[in-house]
Amino acid sequence: MIEFQLDSTSGVATYLQLVQQVHQALQLGLLEPGDQLPTAQQVVGKLAINPNTVLKAYRDLEREGLARARPGQGTFIVGTLPRTDPAAQARFLASMAKWLVSARSAGLGPDDIEAIYRTAFRNCFAEGVA
Amino acid sequence: MTAVLEASSLGKRYGRRWALSDCTLSIPEGKVVGLVGPNGAGKTTLLHLGVGLLAPTSGSIEVLGGRPADGPAQLGRVGFVAQDAPTYAGLTVDKHLRLGAYLNPSWDDQVAHHRIEELGLDPSQRAGSLSGGQRAQLALTMAIAKRPELLLLDEPVASLDPLARREFLQTLMEVVAEQGVSVVLSSHLVADLERTCDYLVVLVASRVQLSGEIGGLLASHHRLSGPRRDPGSLPATQDVIEESHTERQTTLLVRTDDAILDPTWTVKPVTLEDLVLAYMGRARDTQPTRRSGLKVLR
Amino acid sequence: MIRSTWMQFRAQAVVATSGLLIVAVVMAITGPHLVHLYDANVSTCAAHDDCSTATSSFLQNDHALQVGLNVLAVVLPGIIGILWGAPLVARELETGTYRLAWTQSVTRTRWLAVKLGVVGLASMVVAGLFSLMVTWWFSPIDRVNMTVFATFDQRNIVAVGYAAFAFALGAAAGVFIRRTVPAIAATLVALVTTRLLDFFYVQPHLITPVRHSYSLALGTTISGYGGSNGAQASLFPGTPSLPNAWILSTDIVDKAGHSLTASVVNDLCPQLATVLGGPGPGAPQIQGGHVAAIGPAPAGANQVLQACVSKVGATYRELVSYQPPGHFWPLQWAELALYLGVALALAGTCAWWVRHRLS
Repeated sequence: MIEFQLDSTSGVATYLQLVQQVHQALQLGLLEPGDQLPTAQQVVGKLAINPNTVLKAYRDLEREGLARARPGQGTFIVGTLPRTDPAAQARFLASMAKWLVSARSAGLGPDDIEAIYRTAFRNCFAEGVA
Repeated sequence: MTAVLEASSLGKRYGRRWALSDCTLSIPEGKVVGLVGPNGAGKTTLLHLGVGLLAPTSGSIEVLGGRPADGPAQLGRVGFVAQDAPTYAGLTVDKHLRLGAYLNPSWDDQVAHHRIEELGLDPSQRAGSLSGGQRAQLALTMAIAKRPELLLLDEPVASLDPLARREFLQTLMEVVAEQGVSVVLSSHLVADLERTCDYLVVLVASRVQLSGEIGGLLASHHRLSGPRRDPGSLPATQDVIEESHTERQTTLLVRTDDAILDPTWTVKPVTLEDLVLAYMGRARDTQPTRRSGLKVLR
Repeated sequence: MIRSTWMQFRAQAVVATSGLLIVAVVMAITGPHLVHLYDANVSTCAAHDDCSTATSSFLQNDHALQVGLNVLAVVLPGIIGILWGAPLVARELETGTYRLAWTQSVTRTRWLAVKLGVVGLASMVVAGLFSLMVTWWFSPIDRVNMTVFATFDQRNIVAVGYAAFAFALGAAAGVFIRRTVPAIAATLVALVTTRLLDFFYVQPHLITPVRHSYSLALGTTISGYGGSNGAQASLFPGTPSLPNAWILSTDIVDKAGHSLTASVVNDLCPQLATVLGGPGPGAPQIQGGHVAAIGPAPAGANQVLQACVSKVGATYRELVSYQPPGHFWPLQWAELALYLGVALALAGTCAWWVRHRLS
């Protein structure tokens, strides 16, 4: 069974970290359809976080079609993550490189670029915290 | 959703000093509520009022729809751990559990003994020789074994070492997941609250400064930094909680539900700690005649 | 609630029971011996006409134990009451455990009522048992002494009332003062004060005493003649033979109720002063009808005194106010009821205070 970790300094919402760890486990093959996710009780008993956080993460996974809650039994993995298309990865890597080049020629330094990236990333993925 | 704790202009006075004044709260059920504030702010007073150890001087308080300590049934629905987890030094752990069984009809002996076993406590050890963390766990066990609907905890981890603190919170969260109990825990350590709480009440100088769901509060507060300017120039819907200025730069912490449209501001989110500190600072700077409504600082 | 009270009280109950057992053993060893001695020497003394020596030597037996038990009988109810009563609530308030006790599924009032009931009852039982044992042990001695009222507070059933009162007083002090040691001190002071007040002012009047007038006779109702502290010499009242009675007051009065004064004595018996050398610090005293050996006694002093008494006795009698032995048990019950009543009132005050004021 997957064991969750929590990085309280990363600035990433707790429930998001849980979702991401499930995604990573799926991609690495550590989780497969049919595997049971730890109960909220088990997770909070180790991480000392609010159970609602775990429930929210599991609801998100359900919405993504990756997990399903079976009443009285627990939450189970039902789907897989689409393996990231290597061609798509290469495409986005290339367009990112182009963007970086134009940003640099516009006079932006590494710190500016990082700030812009972080803001955009946060606005894209964060819906709120905890 | 029903409220687990409903206070209306609640106040408590000792002699001439108001330990709690004009406290109005409506805490929804199913939450883990962090009650935060400096020492002497009134946190213990509020919790003692909620559990019937104190009676209000003014206003009213209702817990789970009933008056605190109104009878055995009401007392059985609320679990309480007072500050420093009082226990009977001369009684063993086992005798404490028996005490709980004698005094609470809703006592679940299995839960109680299972917890003690899980925690590795020796049933025949006297409570007086337990460590601080173990006493806190014993007190928590006594509070939860009667299967309450609400748990009130007064600074349960304040005097515990980091490991004991973590273990206590692990136990507490497990219980919340298992029993679905609502929790109000007071603390002056924001870090613990951040992990465990989803509702916040900030109490400073005997008044409620802020209360609400943590998610919503963090979403509606922003840190703005930009070229130096007068906070009075902000739109009225943006309430300035905290401000600081240098020669060229102004940094503000504002509360608003609208989007920040002014492009000269750099907008960053606020951490829970920043939020609490800002409201605590504001309470200290403005004086007692302040009402709990929000006010723009000049 | 009863079970939990008992669980917390058990250690103290064990101590008390052990103490009672030790006393019981000591009494079991020495008591029957006393009874045997009484049967052998005292009950037959009249036949041998040596009652005074027989009784005085009998009373010497186990003298130290007698003193010890009598003292214990006086202080034990108070001690139990204080040690069990004062910490009852004060300790919880002091150590903060009231925050645990009052947040279980038991209201404060019920919590206090059961604690007061269980521990109060225990103190009454312990005090009562001890008093019973003491009464049994002393029965041959008391029979000889014929002064039941002298040990009124230390026998029979009143100890139950004293214990209940001391307990309730201690509990109340603990509730008001909120700290054990000051509560114990306050209770001690209050207890001693009340018991003394009761002893001197209340007990004599719990039941209306009997009043009877006796004719004057030298040796009984008149004990002697003399002056004290430089006052004029007069006749001293004595006590008639009233075994096992409690003499409250003796007064030599005439039909109208006026007390005998020194000047009346002087008028009626002018020779008395001259024969006996007049009043003053060196004046000889006459007691029991015989001249005491203070200075040389003039001859014929006794007859002069006798004549004086007869003369005065024509118009004066001794009015004695006393509790007869028949009043002993009614007084015990009255005293018990009084103390139980006050104890109950104190308990009620405790309950009210805990409910309404300790918040």
